Amino acid sequence: MLTLMIFLPLLGFLVNGIFGKFLPKAISGWLGTAAVLGSFVIALMSFMDLTGDTTIPERIYTKLFTFLHVGNFHVDFAFQFDRLSAVMTLIITGIGTLIHLYSIAYMHEDEGFYKFFAYLNLFIFNMLVLVLGSNYLMLFFGWEGVGLCSYLLIGFWYKNADYGKAARKAFVMNRIGDLGLLLGLFLIYDTYGSFEYQEVFRSVFAGSVESNAVNTAIALLLFIGAMGKSAQIPLYTWLPDAMAGPTPVSALIHAATMVTAGIYLVIRSEAIYALSPLAREVVMWIGLATSLMAALIGLKQNDIKKVLAYSTVSQLGLMFIALGCGAYTAALFHVITHAFFKALLFLGSGSVIHGMHHEQDIRHMGGLRKKMPITYLTFLIGTLAITGFPFLSGFFSKDEILVSAFAHNKLVFGLALIGAGITGFYMFRMFFVTFHGTYRNTHHSFDKVHESPWLMTLPLLVLAVLSVIGGVVNLPHYLGEGISGILHHTLNYDGGGKFSPILIYPEHAPEIEHTTEWLLLGMAVSVFVIAFLHTRNKYVVQGAVPEADSAQTGMGKVLANKFYVDEAYDTAFVSSLEAAGEVVGNYVDDKAVKGLVDGVGSGSNGISRLLSKIQNGNIEYYLVYMVIGVALLLAFNLF
Amino acid sequence: MSILSVFNQVEISHYIYLSTVLFSIGLFGVLFRRNAIILLMCIELMLNAVNLLFTAFSSYMGDADGQIFVFFIMVVAAAEAAVGLAILVLVYRNTRKTDVSFLDQLKG
Amino acid sequence: MEVIIIPILASIAVMALGKRNSIGLSAILSLLPLIFVAQFFQRVGVDGGWKTLFDQPWISDSIRFTTGFDGLTGVLLLLTNILVPVIVLGGIRNDENQTKITALTLFMQGALNGVFMAQDGLMFYIFWELALIPIYFITLKMSGENAFKITLRFFVYTFVGSLAMLASLIYLFLHTANFSFSFEALRAVELSHTESLLVGGGILLAFLVKIPVLPFHSWQADTYTNAPAAGTMLLSGIMLKMGLYGLLRWYLPLAPESLEFFQPWVVGLAVAGVIYGALIAMRQKDMKRLVAFSSLSHVGLIAAGIMTLTLEGLEGSVIQLFVHGINVVGLFLVIELIERSAGTRILGELGGLAKSNRLFMIFFMLIALGTVAVPFTNGFPGELLLLKSMYAYKPSMALLSGLTIIFCVVYIFRMVQFSMFGEGKAAVASLKWNEILAFGIIAALILGLGFMPQMMIDIVHNSIVQIGQWVSEVRGVMS
Repeated sequence: MLTLMIFLPLLGFLVNGIFGKFLPKAISGWLGTAAVLGSFVIALMSFMDLTGDTTIPERIYTKLFTFLHVGNFHVDFAFQFDRLSAVMTLIITGIGTLIHLYSIAYMHEDEGFYKFFAYLNLFIFNMLVLVLGSNYLMLFFGWEGVGLCSYLLIGFWYKNADYGKAARKAFVMNRIGDLGLLLGLFLIYDTYGSFEYQEVFRSVFAGSVESNAVNTAIALLLFIGAMGKSAQIPLYTWLPDAMAGPTPVSALIHAATMVTAGIYLVIRSEAIYALSPLAREVVMWIGLATSLMAALIGLKQNDIKKVLAYSTVSQLGLMFIALGCGAYTAALFHVITHAFFKALLFLGSGSVIHGMHHEQDIRHMGGLRKKMPITYLTFLIGTLAITGFPFLSGFFSKDEILVSAFAHNKLVFGLALIGAGITGFYMFRMFFVTFHGTYRNTHHSFDKVHESPWLMTLPLLVLAVLSVIGGVVNLPHYLGEGISGILHHTLNYDGGGKFSPILIYPEHAPEIEHTTEWLLLGMAVSVFVIAFLHTRNKYVVQGAVPEADSAQTGMGKVLANKFYVDEAYDTAFVSSLEAAGEVVGNYVDDKAVKGLVDGVGSGSNGISRLLSKIQNGNIEYYLVYMVIGVALLLAFNLF
Repeated sequence: MSILSVFNQVEISHYIYLSTVLFSIGLFGVLFRRNAIILLMCIELMLNAVNLLFTAFSSYMGDADGQIFVFFIMVVAAAEAAVGLAILVLVYRNTRKTDVSFLDQLKG
Repeated sequence: MEVIIIPILASIAVMALGKRNSIGLSAILSLLPLIFVAQFFQRVGVDGGWKTLFDQPWISDSIRFTTGFDGLTGVLLLLTNILVPVIVLGGIRNDENQTKITALTLFMQGALNGVFMAQDGLMFYIFWELALIPIYFITLKMSGENAFKITLRFFVYTFVGSLAMLASLIYLFLHTANFSFSFEALRAVELSHTESLLVGGGILLAFLVKIPVLPFHSWQADTYTNAPAAGTMLLSGIMLKMGLYGLLRWYLPLAPESLEFFQPWVVGLAVAGVIYGALIAMRQKDMKRLVAFSSLSHVGLIAAGIMTLTLEGLEGSVIQLFVHGINVVGLFLVIELIERSAGTRILGELGGLAKSNRLFMIFFMLIALGTVAVPFTNGFPGELLLLKSMYAYKPSMALLSGLTIIFCVVYIFRMVQFSMFGEGKAAVASLKWNEILAFGIIAALILGLGFMPQMMIDIVHNSIVQIGQWVSEVRGVMS
């Protein structure tokens, strides 16, 4: 079953990839969707088995074959399905199915229709390998594989050279992270002698390594990988550019699933992180910095997808704050709710772009609520969920992160709260500018704007419902002990006395007094209210429209230009590497090395020319040489 | 008075001096004259200087080996003169010259 | 024995047939040795050492014609006898040189098989040089005014290395117990420290030039760029591997005493080459030149992996030398087909090829992915093992050589981008049956080895362990 679950999308990829050209669009689209849906159903059934049936061990394990066996280096091609993988699998296949469905309508005019579905299926397959692998190398397989699919899908419209550039940027930045991850893996193997999660964590738990410096090094190297994949400072700049891909791709890969792989990695390696407070601090501060920086940049973006991209980066930063505080459940909880509402928002923005005939600039929109009621409604729910409207999914998950941050470090809490507040500002700004006010586009008349077909609105509605009720997976304890903390219990499952494979060191709920907790809740809600009122006043009541980037001054200009990070990277790395390549290629290699060799050649040529002068054929000279030679011989013998 | 004792009346050193002088004259001629005939003659001179030394030492040491060598050298010298002069005549017929400095056609 | 003679006879046959020959016929001729290779695997097997198959006095009683077979030889024979048909199928242009180049390629096949099977030092040397002759004539057919100069530089370079090796072999020969050139006899010679440095250095030089490792590489780029496609493929796909094979088969067992001195140098130079080649490749506009420098980068990693002397490094290097052969031939085949259709291979003048020929794009993409070592393609397992061995040698070296996984993406996908994607400036003609077949073989190997690298490890494991033992007898440590 496990194998079937993983390989169904691969099958979909193969069928669509090989025969897609000859299939009608409807069939290849539904085929791709069915493959993912099949995986989802199997995953759901397996999850029921796992949690319901006590006779089944805490994980389902399947070994397919030995991938590599060299000396004492042994890696199996094997999968495991435990509670953590199960949660991730359900997100991936569940949201994946909805997005496939959406894409059938969204991409229906594209000539690369079947190719798109082939790539999407390949992505789902790789993502499943990532979360279901039973060892770090399998994770690395999926890790690289999703990077590749991301590359293929960002550059899907390959005729546009800029998209190609964005795709390569994403791949290269991911690879930088991958190098860190790979070194981390080597260190793990060196230290613990295996890649298998169970064996590694068992050794960690048994305290087989005296020094925690090794664990810190492993944790930091793994985190470099997570930085690349989950777009954290300093490797985050690829994610906003990745919006060049079709919108369903942004929703699936760059919001809901792939970018959370870094979170998954850290939760999976909890045993190692638990032993290294230093590494956790690094994770937390980098998450915090990313969260704030991306939120600030988001304030001044006018491309609807760019705003969402920076919002994603910011939310990912929030998850890393949770991880740094040791609140693994909170992080995973936010992964789930974020997957719901961010997928919803991206699909909603796709619906807007579709209805507006490929217009992405929010300054050219406005007043869309009349023409696109379903999109408007669902987008509103998504916006409320992400900004923390009470009792929607995002409210619970974000609150849980803030509470654990508060318990850990008051300063972090304060800054994270500010970050959450900024979320409200840029999200409502985008929302109001897009859907309220007056229509401002000059290219297409307002009459041509249309609501999307049902295939696109259906996923929106489903996701909207999920965004509303998503909180149930981990309700806070003040709502009643019986129904709260489902996810917490799932992750901290004690294995019925057996060795628990997920969290080796169970986490403790932050110890905060009830009054403090209510106070924190109040603060979060009031930040939300301020953001809502301010933006509503500015963009709805006063009807302001964001100014052009060129009109920005001061801090606004810096933000609109994304803190000039891209430019700085360009100068620091791209240009300098190119210059190095230029210098090495044209001077060192061409002149120096080749010159050296050619020098040897022409040198010996010169000597031989000199020597050939001696052989001029004149007997007189020969006689002289002979006499000199004899004289030398004599001299040599005599003295 | 046998011929041997006549030889022995003169000190060995004088023979050495004489043959060195003869050899040097020959060597000088080989190196600095250009006429091929003179070159050949100078070579003869050098060979004979050596011959003289061989004979002198043979007598001085009372050993006949040196004189046998002299015969060998004379044979070689005769052959060499014959071949050398023959080549020279041919060269002269072709170039109308006996000057060796122009004979550089064989260079590689 | 058969695998050496048949290609040479086939080469004569092709020459004799001249214009009446066809691609199909020469492809079948070039495939014949593969049957015998398969038979070797079945009959001789890969366990139990380097077994002698054929042994006859040749030039004298002490210089014998001895061929042997084991896993390592098997891998190289597979590589040669799979790639030569691929080259014959796709790599030879239909012009006035076609017959000559086909014949020379087949001759080369025989010589290469001889190199990989030789169990006698002098026979190894003779075939090593014999393989140089056809490639010399193929590269002479190159375009450009510098043809002779470039070929000469290539020839002189490798020849100097070869002579150093010959001197070393003769030195060893003179110190054998009963004046024999056989591998076992040469290996049995005990060397003092100084002797081992000279002898080992001589052998090493020949291989380092052929691989090539950093300062000895300047013949490579020009030769690759200007030679006809078949020559470039033979050189990069198989002849480079002679150097790596030589390191494993001849250098390590014959002069392990010198490793202590040479190991850090060769590893350092090879890793420097990894970065050096990648940096240059990033800025090339000529696709062939780009791949030439990328090749310098990739083989650098393989050579470094061998010289770490870890089991992972040695076995990873065998996988990777096979895989690199497949992928680099694939890349040059892609470039050759682009050049045939579009008339250029300069990146700025190309673009949008993907639109014109989808099948071609799929093959190109697959080969590119194999080259950048994406999981589930053949490049990954070898690179993983090699980097792991580098880590075991020195973590800092793993970091430096690991940069290749970043740089490689940069230059390969830059090439893909500017040739396949973007505005349509040129087109690729639809593929003919022979080209599809050639690509098909490559694609199958890319995916097959990507999923099942263990097959190849099983083949070479015993040979590598044997070599490892010889090395560790002298050096003591071996992980």
